[in-house]
Amino acid sequence: MQPEIKAFRDPELALALVQKIKKRASLKARLMEFCGSHTASVLKHGLRHLLPEGIEMLSGPGCPVCVTAQEDIDRAIALAQLPDITICTFGDMLKVPGTYASLQQARADGCDVRMVYSTLDALEIAGQNTNKAVVFLGVGFETTAPTIAASIAMAKDRRFSNYSVLSLAKLCPPVMKAMLDGGEIKIDGIICPGHVSAIIGSKPYEFIPSSYGVACAVAGFEPVDILLAVDLLLTQIESGKPKVEIAYGRTVSPAGNSHAQELLSCVFELAPARWRGVGEVADSGYKIRDTYKDFDAERLFEIKTAPSKEPAGCRCGDVLRGVIKPPECPLFGMTCLPERPTGPCMVSGEGACASYYLFGESTGGK
Amino acid sequence: MEERILMAHGSGGKLSHELITRCFVGKLDNPWLSRMDDAAVINNTNHKLAFTTDSYVVTPLFFPGGDIGKLAVCGTVNDLAVSGAEPQYLSLALILEEGLPVADLERIIESIRQASLEANVSIITGDTKVVPHGKADGIFINTSGVGRILPDVNVSGANVKPGDVVIVSGSVGDHGMTIMAQREGLRFEGDIASDCAPLNGLVANMLAVCPQIHCMRDPTRGGVATTLNEIAAQSGVGMIINDDAVPVRPPVRALCEMLGLDPLYIANEGKLLAFAPAEFAGQLLYAMRAHKYGCDAAVIGVVTADNLGQVILRTKLGTSRMLAMLAGDILPRIC
Repeated sequence: MQPEIKAFRDPELALALVQKIKKRASLKARLMEFCGSHTASVLKHGLRHLLPEGIEMLSGPGCPVCVTAQEDIDRAIALAQLPDITICTFGDMLKVPGTYASLQQARADGCDVRMVYSTLDALEIAGQNTNKAVVFLGVGFETTAPTIAASIAMAKDRRFSNYSVLSLAKLCPPVMKAMLDGGEIKIDGIICPGHVSAIIGSKPYEFIPSSYGVACAVAGFEPVDILLAVDLLLTQIESGKPKVEIAYGRTVSPAGNSHAQELLSCVFELAPARWRGVGEVADSGYKIRDTYKDFDAERLFEIKTAPSKEPAGCRCGDVLRGVIKPPECPLFGMTCLPERPTGPCMVSGEGACASYYLFGESTGGK
Repeated sequence: MEERILMAHGSGGKLSHELITRCFVGKLDNPWLSRMDDAAVINNTNHKLAFTTDSYVVTPLFFPGGDIGKLAVCGTVNDLAVSGAEPQYLSLALILEEGLPVADLERIIESIRQASLEANVSIITGDTKVVPHGKADGIFINTSGVGRILPDVNVSGANVKPGDVVIVSGSVGDHGMTIMAQREGLRFEGDIASDCAPLNGLVANMLAVCPQIHCMRDPTRGGVATTLNEIAAQSGVGMIINDDAVPVRPPVRALCEMLGLDPLYIANEGKLLAFAPAEFAGQLLYAMRAHKYGCDAAVIGVVTADNLGQVILRTKLGTSRMLAMLAGDILPRIC
């Protein structure tokens, strides 16, 4: 293991933090892990069992595949079914059930759907298959959006005429605001996204403590990172002085990555976006600017879909808003399983339901 | 011009005959094969026999640590070995794609020859078909194998008992991550190679010191986690696995970290899991570590009488969680 990662998994360090956290045994607090990867790490390392009774951990909407609206999944599949189109996508999207099929089924029916690891792979496929229109399914948050922007800028530079992006990329702070405005659940603190914050910095979360009085700490994904963030949040909550702190200093700065931010604003403009479970949220989507309209699959293809409907009984939306924990969904572990998912939260490794199921947290935990 | 496989190589005519004589019979020569009959005749030995078959499809065909040919021999040899059998005879069936360079085929056959020599098995019957370009991926291989069950050995996935120790023969995840690193789009450079190897020699050493081994299995696709779950269900027992005890080579660990994968779910082609009464753990480890394919053998857990059918992982932090079976494809994370 790389020494830097090893330190953040060091049992002694982690248990010292747990002792510090346990000193506040009387404190009751409800913390949300915004990121699906945080939920996965909390469950994978069994951190929930190390925290005192009064600390409740909720999963949030931070899984890009999970929050993609049903109609957008259906549109992606409809796009794949058009003639002479190659769809390039990250692997998780393949299995997400749309209203009528999944991309995986579309591929089995003969559509050209390819799994890639990076947008640059999609660009390479476009370069090699000039007789096909290659469309990248641009799912992701601020972490992935710069790589999507880079592929569009490169395609323009190289005068590609067969590469485009269906941009479903989204921003995290607006949906955090929408959820806090919704007031459906009371949260005392948020473990803010790690990789997203590497791009946008920690400043965009400042409205959360100042307008909503909710504590914030940006965290990495190792046990020590997460426990440190929990400790910082509890200190803020105890003192009644919420603010934004960084518990992931090796990656995140207050201002973020200015190069990536410039690239984002060069290629994208903000637009309303649909979120599963939350609905339409203003300024939460990355829309491709007019300057790059030739690379916007939305404008290049006429995508027709039959009316979309979320799977009957699926409560992914409630899971994404933290209203219920995955085991409270009646389908969880019964008809909805990782091998046969009903909803997207059981598909992705970042989905809360998949994490709860795989790591055996079937009781709902704390 | 480079010599390539043509549709005519599969026609059954002169070209087919030439290919078989040149590439297979000459290279893999033995008394059964050289008869060129439709079937090999084996003298009945009055022993219990084990019989297994497996098909091999892999991209790329050649990878650090092996190729599809070595894989096709070792995979079937290992299935026999972990069943407590001494592998003796293999069949070899090839589906070739039109256009495959003959040099590639020869390289694969040479590696089959070497692997079968090392495993001390004879390839005694075979078949070749050629399919049009685009209908296969270079070459697909099927091997079947027959082996003699060793006397006084009774291993099965249903035999595992509470109190048994769980032993792994070495580092996990090497094969799967080597293949992933080689695939298109992932330009990972590191000291990483497939562990593909015939394990019958190692198994013979193990059974020599401990014929009481309850079960052995090679954790191929789905990795160690999936195999442990299969056996827990089959034997109706629970297991506690100690995450810290599972050997993982640093470059494999690093690549897994990068992609958000768990080495416990990654395929192995030269490792086995063994379950044996705890009192034999010391001897067994000693015998395994003396063999080149078992030098990193380690006890990774115990079999329990509770949590039936479940595998519990004890994390490095001392917490416990379930270690589930692999659900579908292994996918890297997005965010």
